[in-house]
Amino acid sequence: MEKRTKLAEIVGSQQDTILKDWVDFQLNAITLRRDLMKESELREQSREFLNLFTQAAQTGSDVGEATWKPVKDFLGQITRSRVLLGFPPSETATFIFSLKQPLFDVIRAAVKDPKDLVTDMWTTTTLLDKIGLYVMELHQQNREEVIHRQQEELLELSTPVVQLFENILALPLIGTLDSARTQVVMENLLQRIVETGATISIIDITGVPTVDTLVAQHLLKTVAAARLMGADCIISGIRPQIAQTIVHLGVDLSEVTTKATLADAFMIALQRTGATVTKSAASKTKG
Amino acid sequence: MERIPILKMGSFLLVTVQVDMHDRLAMTLQDDLTGRIVKDRAHGVLIDISSLEIVDSFIGRMIGNIASMARVLDAETVVVGMRPAVAITLVELGLSLPGVRTALNVDQGVELLKECIEERAQGNGHVAG
Amino acid sequence: MATLRDEIYPIRSSDDIVKVRQITREWALMQTFSLVDQTKIVTAASELARNTLEHGRGGEVRIQALQEGPRRGLRLTFTDQGPGIPDLAKALQDGFTTGNGMGLGLSGSKRLMNDFDIQSEVGKGTTVMIARWK
Repeated sequence: MEKRTKLAEIVGSQQDTILKDWVDFQLNAITLRRDLMKESELREQSREFLNLFTQAAQTGSDVGEATWKPVKDFLGQITRSRVLLGFPPSETATFIFSLKQPLFDVIRAAVKDPKDLVTDMWTTTTLLDKIGLYVMELHQQNREEVIHRQQEELLELSTPVVQLFENILALPLIGTLDSARTQVVMENLLQRIVETGATISIIDITGVPTVDTLVAQHLLKTVAAARLMGADCIISGIRPQIAQTIVHLGVDLSEVTTKATLADAFMIALQRTGATVTKSAASKTKG
Repeated sequence: MERIPILKMGSFLLVTVQVDMHDRLAMTLQDDLTGRIVKDRAHGVLIDISSLEIVDSFIGRMIGNIASMARVLDAETVVVGMRPAVAITLVELGLSLPGVRTALNVDQGVELLKECIEERAQGNGHVAG
Repeated sequence: MATLRDEIYPIRSSDDIVKVRQITREWALMQTFSLVDQTKIVTAASELARNTLEHGRGGEVRIQALQEGPRRGLRLTFTDQGPGIPDLAKALQDGFTTGNGMGLGLSGSKRLMNDFDIQSEVGKGTTVMIARWK
């Protein structure tokens, strides 16, 4: 117990020296990203951390204790901003690990008894390792949050629903459809059906390279949901390979109108909504 | 006692469900509606569920029952305005409302009812769900 | 996994089913579920609350808002001290019904959620746990 307070005492009395050495270490470290953070900012963060660290160290070196909460909160704050700025994990870790040498220097100068010195060194290094690991975990967590958010943002970029004619919508799907994207796209389509009152929607899958069971089922569910709402769907652009896959997968599309091309689907949709297409007299004579 | 109002529009009846229906209210609606079909000699029933935030199997069954009962009483039923989220959920739940016609809004529902009744009048319109 | 909120509500009458739906909607909104997900959760809650009332002769629902890393979740546990279900496998089949529903209560709720667990003992009662994650 006595030795722990000694660490706090030493750090407390030599805070300025430690801070200066520590900031120098960080500035000279090869991982430092001067493009991402200003020197003054780094200095400010280091000073504040050292303050909180000294206060917490007075109560002991168990980082699980509530007295270490301010330190952890502060680390949470700076780690989040570093992740957002695109710092690599090694840099965030360096922030903590580079504190070891300056701390060891002042302890070595202050503690004369070799036994005490070893004990203090050990306590300090274990403590900093724990904090370092905690920071790495935080970094990882924040990265996961960023990825999670990006995935959600990507979903919003999905496919637009276009109106082809009075009462006819089209949804041209392009690219690989995973389950999450299909769901968002389909929800958009149903929402647009309500907004426009369109009675027929064409889901065109010409630009979809593969259709697996899950995607096929999502398509079928969308058609079923549209029907419950009082609208019809036509699936168009089914390429030969996809037709084969659908049959092999045992997906039953017999209840759904399917057409080979978007043009065919459009003609059917026009017919069903009571519209007709004819060539004008002028173009007949020309052609 | 709380009741869902039933409006008469020509030879059609219009029911707008605007509250989160508890089970008793659903049963009352079933009774009231069948009574009114006979009393008003209605040929069509429009059930507007655009305010309903959920339809579970109980309400789904009630809608199906109303459609079946109405058919026996010589009236067609069209459910209008089901929300996308509700429709997706019903599909997932495994409920397809067999025998119930649907339309996107009241206008389209009225058109659909007129078509159904015309078909019937021509004698070729026995439509199975 | 952290529990953000944890409460228990009784299911004694048909009005309580409406109340369970409203509370579930509130909590799903609090957990920032999408509209479709909210609807799925509320519908499943409605099905199971009705089961608790009609087959379990009333009981209660425990509702928990959860967080695991960046994922948020909602868990509902329906408990009754009713007669229990003798044949669980059969009860989980589509179209199986003893009451006046469409026999989609259990199987349908399972499809609407990510996690589903049911424990039942004849003469003791039934517990159904459902959860959805975003």
